[in-house]
Amino acid sequence: MTEHLKMDQVQPRLLDETEQGALHAPMPRPEGPLKVTGTATYAAEWKLDGMAEGFMVRAGITKGRFKVDASSVEDMPGFLGVYTDRMVRNSAQGTAGTNPVQPGDQVQYLGQPIAVAVADTFEQARDIALALKVEYTPDDDAHVVMDDSATYEDDDDALDQGDLDAAMADAAFSVDGMWTTKPHNSAAMEPHATLAQWDGDKLTVRSSLQMLNYNKHEIADSLGIDVKNVRVLSPYVGGGFGSKLGMSPECVAAAVAAKALGRPVRVVLHRNHVFETIVLRTETRQRVRLSCDAEGKLTGIGHENWQANLPDEGMAEPVDLATHLLYGGENRRYGQHVAMLNRPASGSVRAPGEAVGMLALENAMDELAEKVGIDPIELRVKNIPDRHPENGTPFSSHGLKACLEDGAERFGWSQRQAPKARREGEWYIGMGVASAARLNLLMESRARVTLNPDGTALVQTDMTDIGTGTYAILGQIAAEMLGIPAEKVTVELGDSDLPEGPGSGGSWGAASAGSAVFLGAKGIRKKLAERLGCGADELRLQDGVATGGNNRRPLAELMDGPISEEGHLEPGQTDDDFTQSGFGAHFAEVAVNAVTGEVRVRRMLAAMAAGRILNPKTAQSQVWGGQIWGIGTALTEGIEHDPRTGHVVNNDLAEYHVPVNLDVGDLDVMFIDERDDQANPMQVKGIGELGLSGAGAAITNAIYNACGVRVRDYPATPDRIFPHLD
Amino acid sequence: MKPFDYVRASDAAEAHDTAGRIIAGGTNLIDLMKHQIETPSKLVDVTRLDMHEIAPSDDGLRIGALVSNSDLAAHDTVRRDYPVLSRALLSGATGQLRNKATTGGNLMQRTRCPYFYDTAQPCNKRQPGSGCPAMAGVNRILAVLGTSDQCIATHPSDMAVAMRALDARIEVARAGGGTETLPMDDFYVLPGDDPSVETVMQPGDLITAVHLPSAPTGHQTYRKVRDRSSYAFALVSVAAVVDTDGGKITEAALAFGGLAPRPWRDTDVEQVLLGETPSDALFDKAADVLLADAKGHGGNDFKIPLVRRTLKAVLADLTGVTR
Repeated sequence: MTEHLKMDQVQPRLLDETEQGALHAPMPRPEGPLKVTGTATYAAEWKLDGMAEGFMVRAGITKGRFKVDASSVEDMPGFLGVYTDRMVRNSAQGTAGTNPVQPGDQVQYLGQPIAVAVADTFEQARDIALALKVEYTPDDDAHVVMDDSATYEDDDDALDQGDLDAAMADAAFSVDGMWTTKPHNSAAMEPHATLAQWDGDKLTVRSSLQMLNYNKHEIADSLGIDVKNVRVLSPYVGGGFGSKLGMSPECVAAAVAAKALGRPVRVVLHRNHVFETIVLRTETRQRVRLSCDAEGKLTGIGHENWQANLPDEGMAEPVDLATHLLYGGENRRYGQHVAMLNRPASGSVRAPGEAVGMLALENAMDELAEKVGIDPIELRVKNIPDRHPENGTPFSSHGLKACLEDGAERFGWSQRQAPKARREGEWYIGMGVASAARLNLLMESRARVTLNPDGTALVQTDMTDIGTGTYAILGQIAAEMLGIPAEKVTVELGDSDLPEGPGSGGSWGAASAGSAVFLGAKGIRKKLAERLGCGADELRLQDGVATGGNNRRPLAELMDGPISEEGHLEPGQTDDDFTQSGFGAHFAEVAVNAVTGEVRVRRMLAAMAAGRILNPKTAQSQVWGGQIWGIGTALTEGIEHDPRTGHVVNNDLAEYHVPVNLDVGDLDVMFIDERDDQANPMQVKGIGELGLSGAGAAITNAIYNACGVRVRDYPATPDRIFPHLD
Repeated sequence: MKPFDYVRASDAAEAHDTAGRIIAGGTNLIDLMKHQIETPSKLVDVTRLDMHEIAPSDDGLRIGALVSNSDLAAHDTVRRDYPVLSRALLSGATGQLRNKATTGGNLMQRTRCPYFYDTAQPCNKRQPGSGCPAMAGVNRILAVLGTSDQCIATHPSDMAVAMRALDARIEVARAGGGTETLPMDDFYVLPGDDPSVETVMQPGDLITAVHLPSAPTGHQTYRKVRDRSSYAFALVSVAAVVDTDGGKITEAALAFGGLAPRPWRDTDVEQVLLGETPSDALFDKAADVLLADAKGHGGNDFKIPLVRRTLKAVLADLTGVTR
């Protein structure tokens, strides 16, 4: 049976009534021991009899045509084949559900996967891939720089409300600035890898992917086969951050080669290939304008952006996503201009939109507060709108003021001094703040929940756990609803044959997959109530005992066999009627070296309002991750494209600088107690990306407070700071 | 990776294999082989040879070529008498890499120029005469001193910079017999017309040790400026040994990393300082001499003012000048 809910209206807060205590507890991830002992099997670690190894061949020109000469390598040791059929240009966009561009013999960027070389061993395959003779016919019209001569696709529907120019002209105070951010790579620790195996028409793909419900369609569509014949297995994913939302190129390459050879083929992307063939976050240029009256009340906001992508990707970084809802001001203008370049494709990287958009907006707010002469927290609080400032819908819940004010108290914000006022030896010390906002999303989800008479339970969905804690929280939700300890629940994920979940992305996993589990368990509760002879409202379940209607029975007595229910959640009217967003505030204390301009983050605090917190431990880990990404975004991370060929120059983890342990100071996280009744039947909101939104801006605002240098070009490496110091 | 033969040398004679490429820790060479930037047909593993000792010598310290970076950094005598070397080592790479990397191998590591690493790109160091895309490309981490119109690669070692300041000499056992002990500027070759030649090492030659002279007087430090706190190559670095007496600078040995194709030392810079009263103006004069011929290529222009600032701060610290 299926327990279905379309989220059209507020649901009772059942999880505040249940008594098991499995939820809201800081339960460690149940699969953690497998991961840290190397016994969780990741995609590249599967071994099958007769397995061959593939290595991707990258295009050596920026634009043109290619032709491979397999005869040039067929005598090499271990050679099995070189395949170009159906090769995809880059990874699929998140939630695409269809094939990525399959450019045939066309090269559209340097590094594009054009073939896969297959051999008996990995080393042989790599040798063959590097030796393969490829004949190129280059085009001379490649464009690789986001300059005025590039072709831009403009968003013609961008909002232009009121008269921003007039508001700027009449403003008591205003800011008008241009910010730039470099492209980002997700840099997941586990590189993309696929082991493809055919059994007749049936294809099994062991891969590292975030959204199997979409990925199976992307793979089937790319191969021209029926999706019913595709099974995708991704039980463990070593970090995703958006890079595994869509099917990656080696999925198709491995499947094509495995079909041709009649044996399983494994293809692991080299880290260089990950940097080139998996969607990266676009570079951006952003113009932000703010105007306000003498008291600091905003009268206008402008947020326009320029970014880059390959043609036909159908995705643009939603740079202004949070700007639409964060602050009031009647005059508002946006604009989006996407340069069509022959460079690796852009797509979703953790917190698409906010990750870079909030840098510019929140830096501009810091600059405006200084001009008005008020505390930056006061400026923000003063401009929190009562309703969505553009579409007028009410907010489902709004924790920004509490996050800013409670966070300020916990952080010791009152100790903040004027720029350059605090110095310890060579180091200027300063504090910064920024708001956080992340639109809350709910996706259709299904999950099967089975309760056994012995008090154990099974949760099954094709949802993934990309290191976020899905295994933990889905088990906790089922345990709480069914009145059994969390360790009695087994959670099966990452198999596309299981009921379709929402996939991991957009911070919607806990709310969406969790609600499906909640509903499945709710269906079971109804049946238990019937058997106990009480109303579902009266039923209490705790430690394997059901109580209700003056009856008290152990589950074993109540059940003559397993009870299985599928939960099915659909977003509904509450999504249209309310603006749903997580909010938060980031605080940072940094030290800036007066000689070299090196910046060290000494401590950070994130105050987060994200509805019900299911598991404070995994939620905190998500926010830590966001804060650390904030450090990388603010200080160290940036892809460099060659100005002539467009290729990724720093295409490894030695030269693409994610923060190391030593870059990360003390991280503090606090959650504002909140229930969002419009969000879903569990009253939770997403947390995975909220922790990144604004985090980098708090750091660069702290840099200004420390040493008086405004950062508008990211990342703030030493060379962008020291020239402005004494 | 190309197929290759692997031989484990059991004595020095076997190590002097002119057809082989010597491997010790392999922290750089194996990467280069995977990328097929280096494609030796034969590897000669020298790690079983007796070159693991750090021992006092007649005039200082003899460091066996196979001493790991971790062991060298932690050695009591090094920490006491040559702290600049210990600090430089600990600022490089990561704990795991330092455990594996050897003294000789560290000296022989190759540039991290990104164009050198991408075999789809031309590179005069990898393929002499093919061109240098770094000059007009992404060159933020590349050299401003000692370059040629063929190459602007930097030598990435921190250890070697400290050794250069300490007047270390490199002991090389020649394939044809005999041992030479070379000052570092005689060991490393500037790029000139052929950047593929980086040292005077010939096939079959083996670095057997590094000699440090007796402990210098004065204060020592190693200061490295980088993009993140660890596991990043130097944007610029300064290794310094400076002594003062009666308000005058009496010793000055300065070497620089991140600036040049080899650990960079210019004794003219030191001459500016010797016998003088330390002051901000004097330090600027020293930086002027250091940077007289410095040439940026756009992305790395910032290194020129950055090394000036860093050098001045280091000199101020070591001479007690208030900043």
